[in-house]
Amino acid sequence: MLAFILRRLLQSVGVLLAVGLIAFAMFRFAGDPVNQLVAPDTPYAERLQIRQSLGLDDPVLVQFARYAGNAVRGQFGNSYQFRQPVSTLLAERMPATLELAFCATLFALTAGILMGVYSALRRDSVGAKLVQAISLVGVSLPTFLIGILLIFLFSVTLGWLPSYGRGDTVRIGWWTTGFLTTSGLKALILPSITLGLFQMTLIMRLVRAEMLEVLRTDYIRFARARGLTTRSIHFGHALKNTLVPVITVAGLQLGSIIAFSIITETVFQWPGMGLLFVQAVQNVDVPIMAAYLLLVALIFVTINLVVDLLYTIVDPRLRLSVRRAT
Amino acid sequence: MSFVKSRPLLACLAAATALMAVAGAAPASAANTFRFAFQGDLKSLDPYTLKETFTIAAHGAVYESLVTRDKDLKLVPGLAESWETPEPTRYRFKLRKNVKFHDGSPFTADDVIFSAERVRAPGSNFQTNVPADATFVKVDDHTVDMVLKNPNPIALYQFGNWYIMSKTWAEKHDALKPTPVAATAPSYAALHENGTGPFVITEHQPGVRTVFKKFDGYWGKVESNLDEAIFTTISNDATRVAALISGEVDWIDPVPLQDQSRVSSSPNAVVVNAPELRTIYLGMDQTSDELRGSNVKGKNPFKDVRVREAFFRAIDEDAIVKRVMRGQATPAALLIAPPLFPLAGEFKRPAYDPNKAKALLAEAGYPNGFEVPLDCPNDRYVNDEAICQAVTSMLARVGVKVNLIAQPKAKYFAKILKPAFDTSFYMLGWTPSSMDSHNILYEIAGCRTDKSSPRGTTNLGNYCNPKVDALADKIERETDQAARNQMIKQAYEIVMGDWGYIPLHQQALAWGVSKKVKLVPRADNQMMLYWVSKEQ
Repeated sequence: MLAFILRRLLQSVGVLLAVGLIAFAMFRFAGDPVNQLVAPDTPYAERLQIRQSLGLDDPVLVQFARYAGNAVRGQFGNSYQFRQPVSTLLAERMPATLELAFCATLFALTAGILMGVYSALRRDSVGAKLVQAISLVGVSLPTFLIGILLIFLFSVTLGWLPSYGRGDTVRIGWWTTGFLTTSGLKALILPSITLGLFQMTLIMRLVRAEMLEVLRTDYIRFARARGLTTRSIHFGHALKNTLVPVITVAGLQLGSIIAFSIITETVFQWPGMGLLFVQAVQNVDVPIMAAYLLLVALIFVTINLVVDLLYTIVDPRLRLSVRRAT
Repeated sequence: MSFVKSRPLLACLAAATALMAVAGAAPASAANTFRFAFQGDLKSLDPYTLKETFTIAAHGAVYESLVTRDKDLKLVPGLAESWETPEPTRYRFKLRKNVKFHDGSPFTADDVIFSAERVRAPGSNFQTNVPADATFVKVDDHTVDMVLKNPNPIALYQFGNWYIMSKTWAEKHDALKPTPVAATAPSYAALHENGTGPFVITEHQPGVRTVFKKFDGYWGKVESNLDEAIFTTISNDATRVAALISGEVDWIDPVPLQDQSRVSSSPNAVVVNAPELRTIYLGMDQTSDELRGSNVKGKNPFKDVRVREAFFRAIDEDAIVKRVMRGQATPAALLIAPPLFPLAGEFKRPAYDPNKAKALLAEAGYPNGFEVPLDCPNDRYVNDEAICQAVTSMLARVGVKVNLIAQPKAKYFAKILKPAFDTSFYMLGWTPSSMDSHNILYEIAGCRTDKSSPRGTTNLGNYCNPKVDALADKIERETDQAARNQMIKQAYEIVMGDWGYIPLHQQALAWGVSKKVKLVPRADNQMMLYWVSKEQ
C-alpha cells in the first residue's frame, strides 16, 4: 500500500513538472512582456535594461531551471505587472475564487438534485419538460453568453443585482469574505449561477437517470408492497441510493469549477485567480501564468490522487489488485 | 446523506434572497461617491513607474506638478505659483506657500530638488519629462532655479506629468529610488501615496480597486464636489457597458464603437466624444534592399516615391472614418494632431484618387501591382484590425495584394519594434509625449543611421531625409516660437513631400458618462477627478 502511494506521488510530481515545462515553453510564443510594461516612447536602452533585469535574455532551459528551482522552494517569482510576489497575489485572490466555486457547487447541487428528482418523479408533466429544456440551454450555451444574458436581464433591465465585482468584503485574518455583507451576497448570485449552470445540468441529468433506474428496482417494488408512504419510498430509499454517484461526480467537478471559473470571472470582473490569469495572458505576465497553471495542475493531481486512494479503501477488489501489483 | 439534510443549503439560498430584497431598500449613503471603471489596471501608485495615460491621470488626483495643464492643455501654474526666465538657460520657479503633503509635512524647495533627481534616476519611466542636462538649484525655501546647458523651448512641456513627491516621506519609507516597471520587490511608494493633491488614496488593492477620498488639508479650491471616488477595473467590454447603463458606475473608458449608440439611448448615460491626440498612421520600409514577404525580388518598391504616393492616393480615409470608425475619427494630414501644432491648418490631406494611384504604380513599373504583407495589431487601437482590413481591400482595387497579419499587441510590438524591425508595411499610433513636433521629427521621421542611433527609434521603415534631421536639431533649440513653428512646418512639408508616411486619422476618445456627472474631456484622454462633479 505504501509503495502504491509513493508511486502515485512520484507520478504526480512528474505530471507537475511536465505541465510546468510545457507551459513555460508556450509562453515564449505569448509575446514580449517588456513592451507591455513601458510607455511607447521609452528609450531602447531602458527596454534592454528591463529585459536583462527580468532575465529574459537567458536561454529557455536556463529560465526554466531557475523557475523550477524557485518553485520547489515555494517561490514563484514576482509578477511583472504588479511587482508583487505571485504567491501573495494568488493568496489574495484565492478567497474570491473559492467562495464563488463553493456557491456555484451549492447551487448546482441544490437545483440539480431538486430538478432531477422532480423530472424523474413527474416524467410526463409540463414542468419536467420545461426542466429538460432548461438543461439543454445549460449545456449548449457558452458560459460568457449566459453571463452576459443574466447581466442584461438582472442588472440592466431589472436593476436587481450588480453586474460586476464582489461587493463589499470583510477581512478575517488573511481571508476576505463576501458572505457577511449584503452587497457581497448579492454580487455572488449571478456569477454563481453562471458558473454552476453547466454542473447543475450534469447533476440534474444524472439524478434523473439514476432515480428512474432505482425506481424500477425490486426493493422499491417491495417497499411499495409493504405499504410504505410514497414520500418515504422516494426520498428515504430511492434518493439515498441515487446520491452516491452524484457525490462522486460533484467532488470531481469541484476541481474543474475552480479551474474553469476563468470565463465567469472575466465576464463579472470577479477579482479571483481566473481573472488574474486572463489579465496576465494579455500582459504576458509569465510568472502569474506559470504559477496559476501549476496550481490548477496541483488541484487536479491532488483530487485524482485522493479519489484513487479512496477507491482502494472503499473497494476491496481494487485493494487486492494493488497488493498483487506491488 | 438524505434529502432532508440538504435543507440548510436551501435555507441559505432563501436567506440570501431575503437579504437581497432588503438591500434594495437600503438608503443611499450621505457621501457623494463617484465610481469609475477603466479597461486596464492601476498598476502602481509610484508616479514615476509607468507613463500611461490612465495611470498618470489617476495619479493626478493625489499628486501635483510644478506646472500643470488646464482644460485646453495650456500650461498654467501648479505647485509653482509663477515662473520666469531671467536668461534663456535659467527658469526660476516661485513655489506656492502653505502647501501640505497628505502626511502633514510642508512642501518646500527640497522636495522639488529631490523629485527632480528621483524622476531622472534609473528605473524611472519619466526620465525624459525633465531635461537630462538640467540642474536644480535651491535659492530659498520657496524658490528653485532650473539651469540648462542649452536653450530649450520645450523644457516645461512635460512638467504637467512630473509629479512632486515628499523627500522626508521617501526617506522614511525607503522609497528614495523610483519603482522600476520591472521591480522585483513591491516598494512602499508603489502601494502608498503621499502627494499634495485634492484627493488621498485610502485603499489600494492592485488590480481590484482603489479608493480616493477628499483631502481636507488641500491648499486650493476644488471644482469637484466629490467626497469619494472608487476605481475598479472592468476589462470585459459588455460588462463595462452594462455597469454604466445600470448605474453601478458613473464613468467608463472606453465605450466600444458598436455600443456607443446603445449607451447614448439609455436613460442613465451618454457617450462623450472628443478628438484625441493620437495619430494613427501607416509606415513603409524604405531602406531594405528587398521587402519581407513580397513577390518583388531583388528590389524594394517602397524606395520609389511614386509607389508611396500611389499607396497614399489609394486609401479612402473618408470611407474609413465613416464606415470603420462610425464617424468617431478625424482624417489626418500630418503625423501630429492639430491641437499640438498651430500651423497644422495649412496642411491638407492629398485627395483619394485610385486612378492616379494606378497610373503611378504603372509608371513605377508595377502595372499589375505587387504583393506585400501588412502588420497590424488587433487589440491596441480603436478598431485597428478593421482599419487594416479596409486598407487591404482599398489597395486591392489598385492591384496591390496585401496580406494582412493582425495579431495581439504583445506579439505585434515584439515583431515590429526595435531591435527586430521585422516589417515591410505596418500600422501604428503615436502621441508625442512632449506634446511637441520635435518628438515626431526625431523619433518617427529621424534617420536611423545605424543600429545604436537614438534618433529614429520608432522609425520602423527608416524613412530618411537629412534635411529633416538638420531642421529637427535647430527646432530643438530655437526659442523664438514663430520662427520655430515655421521650421516645423518646413520639416513636415519635406516629410509629406517625400510621401514618407501615410497618416490616417486621430481617433476620438469615447467615455461613457452618467447623466448625473459633469466632467472635462481633455484631448489627452486624461480624466481628472478634480473636475468631476456629481449631483446626488
